[in-house]
Amino acid sequence: MTHDECKQLVVDIIADVAPDEDITNIKPDVRLRDQLELDSMDFLDIVMELRKRHNIEVPEADYPELASLDSCANYLTPKFEALGK
Amino acid sequence: MTFQPPRIVITGIGLTAPNGNTLAEYRANLLAGVSGVQSFDVRYMGKLLAGVCDFDPLKYQKRKEVRVGTRAGSISIYCAREAVTHSGVDFDSLEKDRIGIYIGTTEHGNVETENEIYAISKFDYDTKFWSHYHNPRTVANNPAGEVSLSLGVTGPAYAIGAACAAGNLGLIHAAQMLRLGEVDFAICGGVSESIHTFGIFAGFKSQGALATHKDPTKASRPFDLARNGIVVSEGGALYTLERLEDAQKRGATIYGEIAGYCVNSDASDYVLPNPTRQAECVRKALKSAQLAASDIHIVNTHATATPQGDIQECGALRDVFGEGCPDTSVNNTKSFIGHAMGAAGALELAGNLPSFEDRMVHPTINVDDLDPQCALPGLVLNQPRKVAKVDTILNNSFGMLGINSTLIVKRFAP
Repeated sequence: MTHDECKQLVVDIIADVAPDEDITNIKPDVRLRDQLELDSMDFLDIVMELRKRHNIEVPEADYPELASLDSCANYLTPKFEALGK
Repeated sequence: MTFQPPRIVITGIGLTAPNGNTLAEYRANLLAGVSGVQSFDVRYMGKLLAGVCDFDPLKYQKRKEVRVGTRAGSISIYCAREAVTHSGVDFDSLEKDRIGIYIGTTEHGNVETENEIYAISKFDYDTKFWSHYHNPRTVANNPAGEVSLSLGVTGPAYAIGAACAAGNLGLIHAAQMLRLGEVDFAICGGVSESIHTFGIFAGFKSQGALATHKDPTKASRPFDLARNGIVVSEGGALYTLERLEDAQKRGATIYGEIAGYCVNSDASDYVLPNPTRQAECVRKALKSAQLAASDIHIVNTHATATPQGDIQECGALRDVFGEGCPDTSVNNTKSFIGHAMGAAGALELAGNLPSFEDRMVHPTINVDDLDPQCALPGLVLNQPRKVAKVDTILNNSFGMLGINSTLIVKRFAP
């Protein structure tokens, strides 16, 4: 899985979690919460959807790794690869 | 000097019913005989009959708010905002900590709990897939809390659990709080999301009390010999109530005045109604309104179309009204919309309130063969009736565990 593919999977989740937001121009290097209306419950949703859709666990201590699309890709891509994706 | 409690008046109505999303649309359909019952898919049970609402939640909520909140919350927000608009009040000018939100519900939380159990069933019942929204969605105050969030109201906002009497209780409780001076403006009534829980359908079916009919629009048929049970419905009706003095000060249109009420308990059975206590409830409400039975022009019955329940309520009404009330018409709104549970009392009152203006009494539809035991004098069957005078409406709503409520609203006369 490439970083771009990983970012797209996260964007797909954000589209469902924050359906009022414009997700077409998310800046990958900017914190998601600085450009979208996302609260802590929404981040829990993202974690839940990673678990449900992709069988990926994000321990609470690692939540800061989901801050931006770039950091998501850095953190999640090896997890996807470990699952053979 | 005797204490004279402040007079409480209705200044706005917002609703969604299976046959209308505004008071005008709903009323027109009640006069035209239009049912709101349709075929509805219920989890695990397949196609059943239900009263389904088609209001647009996105009129007042963002998509995310709909996703995070509950159906009861969406119904409540829609009704509350419609009521506030209808009231014509300058909402921004109101002190938000002086507004009370009192919403009657039959039950709350079943929908979300069933959804979550269904969701984790796809993951071998592993509870790590249980939603973190479960608790805020299932707390009993959820519908009122969602309205407080939507409107920025910082006064008291809570739900009143009162089975199928809850809609009346929302109004009664609000009137009490206004009289006590606890709040200056109340948003109140009842809501129901019940059709989204299979449990209520399954429960009534196991009880032998779930209506069936090949034509959905004819399934809810109180007082008819062929009635065979309840049609479960969703919906809501919320009102704005104010003290008369405040309403007059701002030049509000007044749709009716709370004349009297009573809430009592059977203390006799979990589910079976008690006509003695029902009659007592009606009599106490009349006394509190300082009215005689013969002063009542419309009686809206609670009757849900169960074989025994209808007969027992008719017995209670015969006990109070006898044969000597020629100006009293009797009707039933569930025959159009089914049983909207926590919303029932509030919706049924709303269906009759326009009679103060047009003197039309909406009928009880689907009565092809009137049960002689339900043949109350004044029953308006199948076609609306124009009457000489409508100054008073008596609204009955009863619920499980033996809770009874009677609310009397009268035409406002300064």
